[in-house]
Amino acid sequence: MPMEASVIEQMIKEAFPDAKVIIEDLRGDGDHYSALVVSEAFTGKSRVAQHQMVYGALQGKMGGELHALALQTATPENAPDWVKG
Amino acid sequence: MSNPAFERIQQDLSENDVVLYMKGTPMFPQCGFSAAVVQVLTALGVKFKGVDILVDPSLREGIKQFSNWPTLPQLYVKSEFVGGCDIVREMAGSGELAALFKDKGIAFNG
Repeated sequence: MPMEASVIEQMIKEAFPDAKVIIEDLRGDGDHYSALVVSEAFTGKSRVAQHQMVYGALQGKMGGELHALALQTATPENAPDWVKG
Repeated sequence: MSNPAFERIQQDLSENDVVLYMKGTPMFPQCGFSAAVVQVLTALGVKFKGVDILVDPSLREGIKQFSNWPTLPQLYVKSEFVGGCDIVREMAGSGELAALFKDKGIAFNG
């Protein structure tokens, strides 16, 4: 059963209240998303740790209901310019 | 009781500098994300061992527990988990992957 983008966003925001979350449905099938998550919580963390934090927020859905999530994480300082604007 | 697959994983990692747990084989990847990492490694000319988790369901779950990472592919360099497809591609793009190989003394055409 695919997942709604809004559900993914909500789960991430519950874990990262300050986060800016941008989700794109890559194939329109509810199974392949890309997500950019910007949060202070990632400061000083390795990329692997940052992604594990987001996967933790998704409470085991990753790799199961949610087949593919192309994930990009950043702190407010190193977020891409188009997000800061 | 630790996962029986862990022993096999640890053996793979100790016997090979670069190991890619993937769906399919380097010659015939069965998933776009696995294929993407194979391309990154091939472009850098890095020798690696591909482990097809589709042929061994216990390994497929074991590797996820081993790294606390929910998806495949998973790249390991000198027994250290580097990341999945997103991270490997990001590192390749920024030059961090080549720097990692250099730092770990792994031959690549950089």
